[in-house]
Amino acid sequence: MTDPSASDRSRAARGVIAVGRFVDGRVRGMRSFIATFGALAELLGQTLRSCGPALLRKKSRLGRESLLDQMVRVGVRSIGIVVLVQIFIGIIIALQMAPTLQQYGQLERVADVVGIAVVRELGPLITAIVLSGFAGASIAAEIGSMVEGEEIKALRAHAMNPVRFLVVPRFLATVVMLTGLCVIADIVGVLGGMITAVLVLDIGAPVYLEFTRQALKFSDFYGGLVKAAVFGLTISMIACHEGFSVSGGAEGVGRATTSTVVKSIVALIAVDVVFTIIFYVFKI
Amino acid sequence: MDPDVVISIRDLVKTFPDREGRDVKVLDGVSFDIRRGETLVIMGGSGCGKSTLLNCLIGEYRINGGSTLYRTSDMDAPVDLAGLTDAELDRVRLRFGILFQSGALFNSLSVAENVALPLREHTSVDPSVIDIIVTLKLQQVKMLPHRDKMPSQLSGGQKKRAGLARATALDPEILFYDEPSAGLDPVTSAAIDELMIDFSRKLSVTSIVVTHEMDSAFRIADRMVMLEKGRVLRIGERQEFERLRDADPATLNTDADRLLNQFLNGASSGPLTDRDGLSMFEKLLIEG
Repeated sequence: MTDPSASDRSRAARGVIAVGRFVDGRVRGMRSFIATFGALAELLGQTLRSCGPALLRKKSRLGRESLLDQMVRVGVRSIGIVVLVQIFIGIIIALQMAPTLQQYGQLERVADVVGIAVVRELGPLITAIVLSGFAGASIAAEIGSMVEGEEIKALRAHAMNPVRFLVVPRFLATVVMLTGLCVIADIVGVLGGMITAVLVLDIGAPVYLEFTRQALKFSDFYGGLVKAAVFGLTISMIACHEGFSVSGGAEGVGRATTSTVVKSIVALIAVDVVFTIIFYVFKI
Repeated sequence: MDPDVVISIRDLVKTFPDREGRDVKVLDGVSFDIRRGETLVIMGGSGCGKSTLLNCLIGEYRINGGSTLYRTSDMDAPVDLAGLTDAELDRVRLRFGILFQSGALFNSLSVAENVALPLREHTSVDPSVIDIIVTLKLQQVKMLPHRDKMPSQLSGGQKKRAGLARATALDPEILFYDEPSAGLDPVTSAAIDELMIDFSRKLSVTSIVVTHEMDSAFRIADRMVMLEKGRVLRIGERQEFERLRDADPATLNTDADRLLNQFLNGASSGPLTDRDGLSMFEKLLIEG
């Protein structure tokens, strides 16, 4: 026969062990988060310090050639998909807001809503999310493959700083091109709203553009661009960090690309929250 | 430090954290000297710590204890890699070249650009002179016909030759080779060995070769080091290891000699393996 008190004890012990494991798991998770955050901050510091030498030194041919390559890969090749997504966003916002605005007899104000939503928020954010999947994953995969192929080790062995040769061009390309893409996204998003207004809501193009002009302040535009630049920084740092952390062959490279996209999206939204609070507090 | 010694390793300890975060010693008190101009082969079974040792010697890993003293011809006094900043470490790295297991060529650059990269980065030589040096280096490793090819167009042996040309671009004093014969057919492997011997003899380069290919090791070595479980089991002249290899195991007196005899002959039974065919390392893993 089983001793009931022993059974209670073992149940209690299992409970304590389960709680202990849960706490241990959370502590490990927190430590890992802090370590990743620290590593990202260190990588950013090294990247900023290496920007000058990478751009100014005559000998760093690899870096400068790579910057152009990266700008084409990150920015130019993403234009099509960004345009498509932002037109859809403009159309969606216009159609979603139209019934409510019509109830108040303010249908023309759909231009205000689309303009502010796209320029302040959805232009930079959606472009950054598209880019995290398009460019971030490919940066992580490329650097991860170089780690596996011992190319990073070879760079260090030849007294060449991998941050200067690999991270700086990708960082600059992502920041510059995401900012540029954000301008395109703003224009195309407003255009998407205008197409809907003209074709579906029966609002003339000049009226729509005039309402958009009145609704938007210059600070909305440059605030969005600042956000886009910081989003570019966030994506490039996470992608490069994940790439450098690759281990375990092709499987590790696959894990790094997935992880880059997931971490980038979470980080982008977290950064966006911070920006939104700052802009709200300082009435920007 | 003896003037004939180019690298002096003393009580080197390298640990890595396990899954529980406890430090596990992969290298435990390794000590030996590497003489100027010699070819030293570091060997040992899988997991014995030879690749970790190489990574410590090239400054890829920071060591947890002991010292790795370098004294190249341009140094007035020995320097300990462990105490150097990244910039100082880079200055020492300019005096050595490394041939990685895969060749480790930069995939975005052609063979010639790979060889030229260290010259472009670390010298102020005119591009036309760099081109001549690249041609000479590629000629040395018989890769001149492939100078404009991309790494993806090369075979394993060609990648290693090109990697060797790049490793010697700055005329290093010390050359490290990480498993130079791995993944190569016997003929290509012998050709790479010939190149290593050539570099060692003609250029008086000190060569440190990590390998477990015994044919290759006996072809190129002046001296050999056997690692076992992160410690130096034996260091000596090649002839000493040849005698141990050729000896009848029954006539050997110590466990270390019998273990070396088994390893050098690649025998399936002996002190390295038990009756079940498990290595000591595998037994340790199973027994926890």
